[in-house]
Amino acid sequence: MLLLSDYLILSAALFTLSVTGIVINRNNLILLLMCIELMLLAVNTNFIAFSHFQGNIVGEIFVFFILTVAAAEAAIGLAILIVLYRNKKSIRVDELNTLKG
Amino acid sequence: MSIHDLTICIVSAPLLGAVLAGFFGKPLGRRGSHVVTIGLVLASFVLSCLVAKAVWLQGVTSDTNLYTWVLSGSFQFNIGFYIDQLTALMLLIVTFVSLLVHIYSIGYMQGDPGYQRFFAYISLFTFAMLMLVTANNMFQLFFGWESVGLVSYLLIGFWFKRESAIQGSLKAFIVNRVGDFGFILGIAAVLDSIGSIDYATVFARAPEFAHTTLSILPGHEWSLMSVIAILLFIGAMGKSAQIPLHIWLPESMEGPTPISALIHAATMVTAGIFMVTRMSPIYELSPTALSLITIVGASGALFLGLVGVVQHDIKRVVAYSTLSQLGYMTAALGVSAFSAGIFHLATHACFKALLFLGAGSVIIAMHHDQDLRHMGGLRKYMPITCFTFLIGALSLAAIPPFAGFYSKDAIIEAIQISQIPGAGYAYVCVLLGAFVTALYIFRAYFLAFHGSERMQAHTKEHLKESPKVVTLPLMILAVPSIVLGAILVGPMLYQKPSLLGNAVKVLPQYDVLGILAHHFQGALNAALGAVKTLPFWFAIAGIMTAWYTCLYRPGSRQKIIQILGPIYPILKHQYGFDQLNDLVFIRGSKCFARFLHRVGDVKIIDDSFVNGSGRLVAWISNTTRHLQSGYLYHYTLAMIIGLVGFLVWLVMG
Repeated sequence: MLLLSDYLILSAALFTLSVTGIVINRNNLILLLMCIELMLLAVNTNFIAFSHFQGNIVGEIFVFFILTVAAAEAAIGLAILIVLYRNKKSIRVDELNTLKG
Repeated sequence: MSIHDLTICIVSAPLLGAVLAGFFGKPLGRRGSHVVTIGLVLASFVLSCLVAKAVWLQGVTSDTNLYTWVLSGSFQFNIGFYIDQLTALMLLIVTFVSLLVHIYSIGYMQGDPGYQRFFAYISLFTFAMLMLVTANNMFQLFFGWESVGLVSYLLIGFWFKRESAIQGSLKAFIVNRVGDFGFILGIAAVLDSIGSIDYATVFARAPEFAHTTLSILPGHEWSLMSVIAILLFIGAMGKSAQIPLHIWLPESMEGPTPISALIHAATMVTAGIFMVTRMSPIYELSPTALSLITIVGASGALFLGLVGVVQHDIKRVVAYSTLSQLGYMTAALGVSAFSAGIFHLATHACFKALLFLGAGSVIIAMHHDQDLRHMGGLRKYMPITCFTFLIGALSLAAIPPFAGFYSKDAIIEAIQISQIPGAGYAYVCVLLGAFVTALYIFRAYFLAFHGSERMQAHTKEHLKESPKVVTLPLMILAVPSIVLGAILVGPMLYQKPSLLGNAVKVLPQYDVLGILAHHFQGALNAALGAVKTLPFWFAIAGIMTAWYTCLYRPGSRQKIIQILGPIYPILKHQYGFDQLNDLVFIRGSKCFARFLHRVGDVKIIDDSFVNGSGRLVAWISNTTRHLQSGYLYHYTLAMIIGLVGFLVWLVMG
């Protein structure tokens, strides 16, 4: 029998993995987008777990909304990525420092 | 009508005249302007006579507030009128001289482009002076005080295209500011200690503070009354031109002559004398201040008179004479002979106005050449001016039975028997001053009206007596210059109660006039008895010296200059007051200003504050811009660190 804490540990591990991915990734912008998706999924896992163990359906409904938004976000993110590649001929993260002060 | 209502009319009539002539001078025209202003000043004079009648014959006095001017915290400043014998006398003097000067100005200012402006100014001056003398509190007194200063500035600089007139007016204004600084501090001290600036309250409560001390510098206890009295006297020194603040008065002669007569001889410069007399309940409590006043006044009486002896400009001679006579009045106040000071103020107003207007008449005839060296023998051409000028000169030189004799003699005698410290020195000064007075005024008289005719041929052709509007005021002024002294001497000085009644307060131990009263046996006897007194012979000696050097041996001048040696240049430079001021105050303040500019302005304000704040912003942003790397993962890391921080704070806190 799986406990609530098992699910929470899983989601925390996923979240930490994705954050680490964002911070240490210097190469690929696509990897960065994927990490963001993973972060959202970790959160979603939390929602589902709490919803199940507390018998409250609101958490599951929330997850659908988050998935929808995540899909839209991924679409926009990829679109921006394509435009960026057309302009810079590169999607390397450490070359994107135009905002440097 | 009560005297309160009369006073409102007296004060506001000249103001109305000033407004009409000043703002509606064009539509009124020249004639209209002088008719309006003279009419209103005449009304003031007539009403002043009514007030004087009520005050002296019916014994009415009044102290009424008209309205509240300023209400600040617990202090209330009112506009109100304080009518007693002193005010009534001042009202008469001011309106009388002002009226005559108004009339005289028709002749003197004829053809001047600023005709209406001139009449507006002198009416405004009359208003300001009346406000000053009728005030019932120090705030209103200060208003009048500053207003006369302002109008004086406007009138000295009346011919504002002349460089010297501008300089003169600025000098008068600035030097007066120095005095006013002391004056306003004095008022503040009164307000602070007594809690009111209404005359009635201040005079009633002043004796309570007779032994109060205050320490301005730590370790030095000063009598409160002395501090107040001396501060107020500094104001009087500015306005009444006492050493060392006298330097503006000779310069003020750049204004039109009627102004010199009205403002710088008869009325405004006596404001200080009036103020000290009005404040006599305060001054009587401070022997220190009285001694200081005696010494300052007596020094002025002698030393400034001496400068008059070496002047060539006829107006400047009379101006230095004014300084010297103001010294006499001040010295009289110092020995608590307040009535004598005011008496001299009254007679001086008449004969000095007469002398100034006479000098003005000469100046008209000489086509505005004021140099005595170019005159001479004018007696033939202008007999009325010559005769009235002679009356003024005799009165000034204190020859009995002219008006000046009674007032000046009383002052000299009062100083002689006074016991206060400094009176001995003052007596020597005023006695020698009697000689000097006679010397300089008769020198001017002989040089102008007698002797060889030294003017240019062109001027000589046009020499003639001045028109009636000029000579009429001279003749009117000549009458009080002869008789005023003899009429007033008894009631004013020696009768109990005197004409001034309770307006002046003298403590019994200082009451020198009370002692003199025992010896007084009528005006006629006083005049006859003068032959036996020292001041009379000093005056005669002065006249003889003037006659000898100017008429009998005109060539003796060079020899006398040689004998005098270094004294002559000292007198010629007026004891170097101007040079001293130039060296210490003007250059000093310039130096100080340059220092402030270099250090305060350039270094501290410009470099530190203005440029410094700019540089600081540039430095901070230069440092912090390195935080903006532009890399996404740096920003994310910062976000996560922040998030973790908040979480820790939430959980731990």
